[in-house]
Amino acid sequence: MIAYLIRRILYAFPILIGVNLLTFFLFFVVNTPDDMARMQLGMKRVTPEAIEKWKQQNGYDKPLMLNVQAAGVGKISDTVFFEKSIRMFVFDFGFSNDGRNIAREIETRMLPSLVIALPTFVVGLLLYITFALLMTLFRGTVLDILGVATCVFLMSISGLFYIIGGQFLAGKLWHWVPISGYAGGVDSLKFILLPVLIGVVGGLGASGRWYRTIFLEEIGKDYVRTARAKGLSELRVLFGHVLKNAMIPILTGVVVVIPALFMGSLLTESFFGIPGLGSYTIDAIQAQDFGVVRAMVFLGSVLYIVGLVLTDISYTLVDPRVRLQ
Amino acid sequence: MMPFMPFMPVVLWTDALIFLLAAMILAGAWHIKKWPHLMLPWQRVARSSIGMVSLLVLSLFVWVGLLDTLHYRAALPEKNNGQTVYSAEVVSVLDTLANGLKTRTEKTYSAPLAVYLYAKESMEKPDGKVLRDYPRLRFGGAHLVNIERDWLGDVVQKTVLGAAAGLLFGLMLAGVVWKIFTRLQTQKQPPTLSSTRKDNPSLALLIATLVLATFIGAVAYLSSFYHVLGTDKVGQDVLYLSLKSIRTGLVIGTITTLVMLPFALLLGIAAGYFRGWVDDVIQYIYTVLSSIPGVLLIAAAVLMMQVVIEMHPEWFDTSAARADVRLFALCLILGVTSWTGLCRLLRGETLKLREMEYIQAAQAFGVSSTRIITRHIVPNVMHIVLIAVVMEFSSLVLAEAVLSYVGVGVDPSTMSFGTLINAARLELGREPMVWWTLVAAFGFMLTLVLAANLFADVVRDAFDPRLNRTE
Repeated sequence: MIAYLIRRILYAFPILIGVNLLTFFLFFVVNTPDDMARMQLGMKRVTPEAIEKWKQQNGYDKPLMLNVQAAGVGKISDTVFFEKSIRMFVFDFGFSNDGRNIAREIETRMLPSLVIALPTFVVGLLLYITFALLMTLFRGTVLDILGVATCVFLMSISGLFYIIGGQFLAGKLWHWVPISGYAGGVDSLKFILLPVLIGVVGGLGASGRWYRTIFLEEIGKDYVRTARAKGLSELRVLFGHVLKNAMIPILTGVVVVIPALFMGSLLTESFFGIPGLGSYTIDAIQAQDFGVVRAMVFLGSVLYIVGLVLTDISYTLVDPRVRLQ
Repeated sequence: MMPFMPFMPVVLWTDALIFLLAAMILAGAWHIKKWPHLMLPWQRVARSSIGMVSLLVLSLFVWVGLLDTLHYRAALPEKNNGQTVYSAEVVSVLDTLANGLKTRTEKTYSAPLAVYLYAKESMEKPDGKVLRDYPRLRFGGAHLVNIERDWLGDVVQKTVLGAAAGLLFGLMLAGVVWKIFTRLQTQKQPPTLSSTRKDNPSLALLIATLVLATFIGAVAYLSSFYHVLGTDKVGQDVLYLSLKSIRTGLVIGTITTLVMLPFALLLGIAAGYFRGWVDDVIQYIYTVLSSIPGVLLIAAAVLMMQVVIEMHPEWFDTSAARADVRLFALCLILGVTSWTGLCRLLRGETLKLREMEYIQAAQAFGVSSTRIITRHIVPNVMHIVLIAVVMEFSSLVLAEAVLSYVGVGVDPSTMSFGTLINAARLELGREPMVWWTLVAAFGFMLTLVLAANLFADVVRDAFDPRLNRTE
């Protein structure tokens, strides 16, 4: 197990280096730092001096990958690639265009993201699985068909509609909760209620149907027939046997997103004005702050790889036959 | 010297790809028609009411999109030294057909079917007094004299007239199709088991055609007198904007898959078939790509693409060409970032297939790898490709709206559901509320995506080999 984990972590490095090379290529080779400077300073009538100054301020005035003038290790370390990309491995993300430390910003913004994303995830998962199990229980009846039709309808609606519609109904028409905003502590409850609700409803269609497919696949297997032959009630069969055996496919899809909850949701956070990582990312994209975007890409990849490792570990927890070597 | 032409055809990048795609679909259909075993799953699709009705709705959207794809530049009346001069504005056949909708613009917002403008204005009366009131619209309901008395009656009358005309047209169309269909049927075998089943796709199709024809007739007739879906901030008819948005959605949903397929097919099959270091390299590439959060990767690529386009204004002769290149680049980026899922599926399937006896036999006979792949593997993974493509379509249409909101979508001058929603969401805060743009965009999008989802389900069921069938 330990050896397996170490190997997986070592295996993560080539992938992260690949991610870095890719973003580096996108951000520095497709466009030179000169282009970026011109973009930031306004397209027309930018003097070469101003460009040089901007590059110096933001640390883009070094050679891209290989510094021929420097000596020894400096040949590699005194370059844009090293400064901007390799440093990320120790979570040193540098500074955003408005001069703030990106790593510190990420630290403070993780909590609000999590406050929204975690309840959405937990409530959603429980609701979707229950809903799917109910559809499985009533499979082939009108209820099942209605359930599937509802799912298909719900998943055909744009995610933007859930947010805009929800904000309009709950915030503006019925005045249940504030339309947007965020506060720390107990006050946050009234702010997170609506985003969580919308997040849960928005995922119901696709997830409900997905879990139903998983359960239906399980229910045709032999052990289910044996369980029924023993005289177990259908409910016991579903919750006691089918749910447990469907754990592997469920975990495959679910565990991998758990670390990514830290990243927050782009849309929800920006619509509800929640100062989390999702709105941070959107703001950075809209302000064309490439330093922040690069940092978020790296962070996202790290969390994804952590998610993959967690998935493997979770298999051993639900299925004793799985051994990691 | 060029002979005089009333218009100059313009083929934008995405136009060319759509034509290519249409040609591919036609060629594919012709190929399938020749082989009964390829026809079989499609016959299953044709026997499903839901499948046929959703296909009908989809085909309506596709027609609008195709009409909007035939672009041209109209000739200007004045000539320059005998040379015909063409307008700088690139328009499509759809623009010409819906010219009324396009040109009948008001000053600013107006509600659906409204007669008055949304905002009050100061107006001078004939007697010199200045009055602040809602002015009449320039075009919406301009034929009415006594508004209070006639408006409702006029709307109802025009709706009924249009609906009746639509219904009549639908009946005629159904009659013609029926005639052709029964003539074709008599040459074939007698009706099989399927005609005695409860699910009757012909009846469903007939009802759907009539309902749609009635609805479209009513809307079409009304729209030449009123703004059926209201007008937007600069007074453009929202119905026209929605119709124009259809093409963008379709382009993103289809061209992206066109870009994605070669990557997924080539790499997925190569990884599964050759294994070894080829597999390692390909797995590495798609793990790297899929480990980056999708939106961020797309955003990063789009931001870079924007800089490139900004830096090279000399590449584009019209603004339409520029917006189109951006749309095309967006499809490219979406395609390059989204092939990993399908690639993984194809790799797994190829790994399974290559152990099959018939492929082992082919290898033993010394058949080359290229030939084994093209003859034996590609045809046997096509059902996975097809299912993935139809499933992907609706999620791409939805993704476009989100990307436009994030600011990494299509060019702001390109009409799309995303740009419509983006412009409309701020208007909800107004008092009284401007809701119609949003409702129109979401309504069109829902119809398109719902039809695509339902059709995808039917296709998946028809092609999925795991389902047991008794045929």
